[in-house]
Amino acid sequence: MSATGEIAPSRDASRAQLEYLLRLGDTSLVLAQRLGEWIGHAPAIEEDLGLANTALDLLGQARLLLAYAGEVEGRGRGEDDLAFLREEAEYRNATLAEMPNGDFGDTIVRQLLIDAYQVPLYERLAGSRDPRLAEIAAKALKESRYHLRYSAGWVVRLGDGTEESHTRVQASLERLWPYTLELFDADEIDRGVLASGVGPDLAAVQGEWSARIDAVLAEATLARPAAPRYRWYGKQGRHSEHLGHLLAEMQHLPRIHPGARW
Amino acid sequence: MYTQGLNELAARPLAAGQENPELLRRFEARIDAEEKIEPKDWMPEAYRQTLIRQISQHAHSEIVGMLPEGNWITRAPSLLRKSILIAKVQDEGGHGAYLYSAAETLGISRAELVDQLLSGAAKYSSIFNYPTLTWADVGAIGWLVDGAAIMNQIPLCRCSYGPYSRAMIRVCKEESFHQRQGYDLMLKLARGSAAQRAIAQDALNRWWWPSLMMFGPPDTASPHTALSVRWKIKRFTNDELRQKFVDFTVPQARFLGLEIPDPALRWDAERGQHVHGEIDWSEFQDVVRGNGPCNQDRLQARRDAHESGRWVREAALAHAAKHARAAAA
Repeated sequence: MSATGEIAPSRDASRAQLEYLLRLGDTSLVLAQRLGEWIGHAPAIEEDLGLANTALDLLGQARLLLAYAGEVEGRGRGEDDLAFLREEAEYRNATLAEMPNGDFGDTIVRQLLIDAYQVPLYERLAGSRDPRLAEIAAKALKESRYHLRYSAGWVVRLGDGTEESHTRVQASLERLWPYTLELFDADEIDRGVLASGVGPDLAAVQGEWSARIDAVLAEATLARPAAPRYRWYGKQGRHSEHLGHLLAEMQHLPRIHPGARW
Repeated sequence: MYTQGLNELAARPLAAGQENPELLRRFEARIDAEEKIEPKDWMPEAYRQTLIRQISQHAHSEIVGMLPEGNWITRAPSLLRKSILIAKVQDEGGHGAYLYSAAETLGISRAELVDQLLSGAAKYSSIFNYPTLTWADVGAIGWLVDGAAIMNQIPLCRCSYGPYSRAMIRVCKEESFHQRQGYDLMLKLARGSAAQRAIAQDALNRWWWPSLMMFGPPDTASPHTALSVRWKIKRFTNDELRQKFVDFTVPQARFLGLEIPDPALRWDAERGQHVHGEIDWSEFQDVVRGNGPCNQDRLQARRDAHESGRWVREAALAHAAKHARAAAA
């Protein structure tokens, strides 16, 4: 927005823009970090490759988004400063992304729930009034569509596979479902970016997400869980217990070697 | 990434003298004419078994080799380094898949090969039984281990067996990329803080000798090299390749300002080669026999992945079977 220079953004608008970029970038980064834990330990070599592929795409998105967030912030922080030197409460990822990998079913359900959200999200962001974000989203959209094919394909195989796999993946769905509410629960930041034409209408994103998920669950012979009651707000910096451990592991090297270049 | 069993012929197969002499003569004439042997061609049983063993050891090494470097994916100190490392480990998985397919052209299934790995019957490169203790180890593996792998594998691009030769052409391209990335990582550390330089030197100290061992036992202790060379599975002996590696690597270490941990290392002007100190072959034999620092951990990690992924693979098969039935009905 500020790049166009036509309308000087208000302080609120650029704060919302920064927060919003961090939400997008952190969600991709934290999920990539989780997927990275799998590599070398997946159920088959092809799945090592598939999960690594998704991790790489998400990491690429995170780098673009965080680098941009650093510029918007204007304090000279780059992608690595933001990734490695922010604390838990400064992270703005959706809580769902930080959920532990669990078994392959948990991982693939988490992936489906996020992929089915990122596709309609990036479809809209590709038309964002923020041209830089629109560009990043257009690239991310192609990747997310592919991720969704991969995760949906696996959820169908597991749901409509053996009795054991059906039971396991239904349980994964029940476990992770409560974390999906946050994705669509518009707060002040979401309303701010919607008003400025930067971000999407989350109600519309939710509608598409819901339809896609229902279609996959039907094919997978899985039941949609009941609506959860508790709401998580990782996107506001209030996380589960899991993020602190993830960041401790991810950040320890840059923190014990302050100022080092790698 | 690499196999060290290049010089070992399988124990079981017929000796060359027991094969049909006319078929053997024609086969060897094709080898002499630098023709590629393809999966449906006649080949001596010893050739087939040697290749199955060599290609599968190579595939296993790629798969096990994902573990020591994978150990640092979650802790890579920058997002760029994390991307590079994930892509590298992913490449290794790709090489493994590709090489298992090449081995399958010789009449053995991937499932059988994986069972051989998990039961401990098959070998993989012993280098992966050493631990990755610091971030610098990721650099040292790229620089030294992939560097040694390239020395071994470039000649394999001309291997007489077509599918292996073609696989190696692709693998070598990626390995040389990994080698440069590893060296670049080391360079950053070597030009970095005192603490960074210290982990770089420490990594070189720990990986140098195991890297020299990657070329396998000395020629004097490799009785099978001759036949492998004659059949153009192998093009150079272990010692020739090891020498090449030392001559190539010593100046690189000097450029980094790091010291090769070999007090006996010297330049022999007359031979135009470096002369290195004695390799501790008892350590090599120990690690090959399963007594290295990480043999148990590495195999256990592979077994755990296989076991905990069983229900997933079964589900995929069950799903495919249901749909095949539905399509047929």
